[in-house]
Amino acid sequence: MSLVMDVPAAQSMSRSDLPEKVSVRHLSFFYGETEALKSISLPLHRNEVTAFIGPSGCGKSTLLRVLNRMYDLYPNQRAEGEVLLDGENILSPDQDLNLLRARVGMVFQKPTPFPMSIYDNIAFGIKLYERMNKAELDRRVEEALRGAALWNEVKDKLGASGLSLSGGQQQRLCIARTVAIHPEVILFDEPCSALDPISTAKIEELIDELSEQYTIAIVTHNMQQAARVSEYAAFMYLGELIEFDRTRRVFTSPEKKQTQDYITGRFG
Amino acid sequence: MTDAVAIGEGVPSRAVGQDRNRVLRRLKLGDTGFRILTQISAATVLLILCGVILSLMIGSLPAIKEFGVGFLFTQSWNPVTEKFGALAPISGTLITAAIAMLIAVPVGLGISIFLTELCPQPLRRPIAIAIELLAGIPSIIYGIWGLFVFAPFVQEYIEPALITVFGPIPILSTLFAGPPYGIGMLTAGFILAIMVLPFITSISRDVFDTVPPMLKEAARGIGCTTWEVMRNVVIPYTRIGVIGGVMLGLGRALGETMAVTFVIGNAHKISPSLLAPGTTISATIANEFTEAVGDIYTSALIELGLILFVITFIVLAIARLMLMRIEKKAGA
Repeated sequence: MSLVMDVPAAQSMSRSDLPEKVSVRHLSFFYGETEALKSISLPLHRNEVTAFIGPSGCGKSTLLRVLNRMYDLYPNQRAEGEVLLDGENILSPDQDLNLLRARVGMVFQKPTPFPMSIYDNIAFGIKLYERMNKAELDRRVEEALRGAALWNEVKDKLGASGLSLSGGQQQRLCIARTVAIHPEVILFDEPCSALDPISTAKIEELIDELSEQYTIAIVTHNMQQAARVSEYAAFMYLGELIEFDRTRRVFTSPEKKQTQDYITGRFG
Repeated sequence: MTDAVAIGEGVPSRAVGQDRNRVLRRLKLGDTGFRILTQISAATVLLILCGVILSLMIGSLPAIKEFGVGFLFTQSWNPVTEKFGALAPISGTLITAAIAMLIAVPVGLGISIFLTELCPQPLRRPIAIAIELLAGIPSIIYGIWGLFVFAPFVQEYIEPALITVFGPIPILSTLFAGPPYGIGMLTAGFILAIMVLPFITSISRDVFDTVPPMLKEAARGIGCTTWEVMRNVVIPYTRIGVIGGVMLGLGRALGETMAVTFVIGNAHKISPSLLAPGTTISATIANEFTEAVGDIYTSALIELGLILFVITFIVLAIARLMLMRIEKKAGA
């Protein structure tokens, strides 16, 4: 990938010595009275892929939605504890949410192209935060589409609606859109659950490439996928973090029996 | 495993097969009956529509023969000399409807955005119900309220303010010229805006609710504010529904009779000022039908009705065209 990112240099220099891009500390999460996450602590390592695995309802998507505070859109949902992004607590009330979400991008279960052209799907997010001329914008759109391995398929129809693409292409468009605004962390919430195996393979390959520049967290139900794409894995069960380690270790010699049972398909 | 079981069940024995055929035949009969019923229902609509158009045309024939195309461009409306022209009511209809939409569309969209995105949960239902009640108020009530309460208010406070503010500005000063009567085109436009507001609000609220939460989250996910989410994602996603709601409102504004008749002043005169009294097609018909003596007078009123019909049709056609062009542009 010839993807050269002009990430704000000063910032990445001063903090790149921290191995943890994100540190979750004693995070509890509540839907009304129900405690969905129970004092979770784990790191997201810089430029690595961390997979959250576990049976449905274990809280892995909830954890993901805390990392960009998406839960804030809904009443009666609250988080306790700390989530540090480059050492700053993003759960603090003075955190600017729009800025946070520009730094922590998200890709959803189903493709969510905006109701506009392919070009605008990408350009829209860029224009929210940066002023630039047409040529520069064109360059950024191309860069993002190349980054998401979609450029060759859409370069001749940038004016077509984003909705006219196939499911897998739409999902890559959404990844391109996320990458286009140069985030620092990208969250994937079961990004392949609505896709066929070929598209899934493309997305996985992409995630692998993206991890060279971004810190990535991915929620997945697919064990093989977790094994293929992630460097670290967190196994969660009923709102608790059961095990966190290098993926290789979690899959080959898990410490807890629950983890082993889940990974070998005995429950979940 | 489960597949095999399902296939096993799918092969019926002969006795079961005959039984099934009988049931299927009965069901098919029911289906045919149902289809015919729905076809008749659909045909009724066309029949009624054609009937209305035909009777309007036949009724307005004498007037069309007498005045020709000139009817559309003549301002004078003189029952004594039996010289009739439709220009004043046509322009009144279009102007009051335009004023109404100018006010009701932004306000209605604003209300529905507030209701779907910003309003605290406990307040949503009460506000939504209040708006629906607004739609349920009979137009005669808007009429008397408009005449006895709203028009004096407009005369006392709003119109003098408009005259002072826009007086010094060249073009706008003619729009807001003349003495504040209270009753006139502007007041009629205001009342119409209130009347069409519930349509626009409730339809756009319903279609805003159809936007998948994930799409809105995705927009939030790249750092959009509420306004940016609405403007760039929710409204484009729902544009067809929103335009539908606006058109429904416009249709009502064009045809609304009672309330407008009360507050518009019923003057067959075109005035550049919005503060001046005017008339609309439906107000003219409502006011004068009982006193229409002579065939030409009656026929002229029916022709007005036909014109209103055509205007509404054109508005709808334009709306369709707009939608098609928007869709083409979006590449959908």
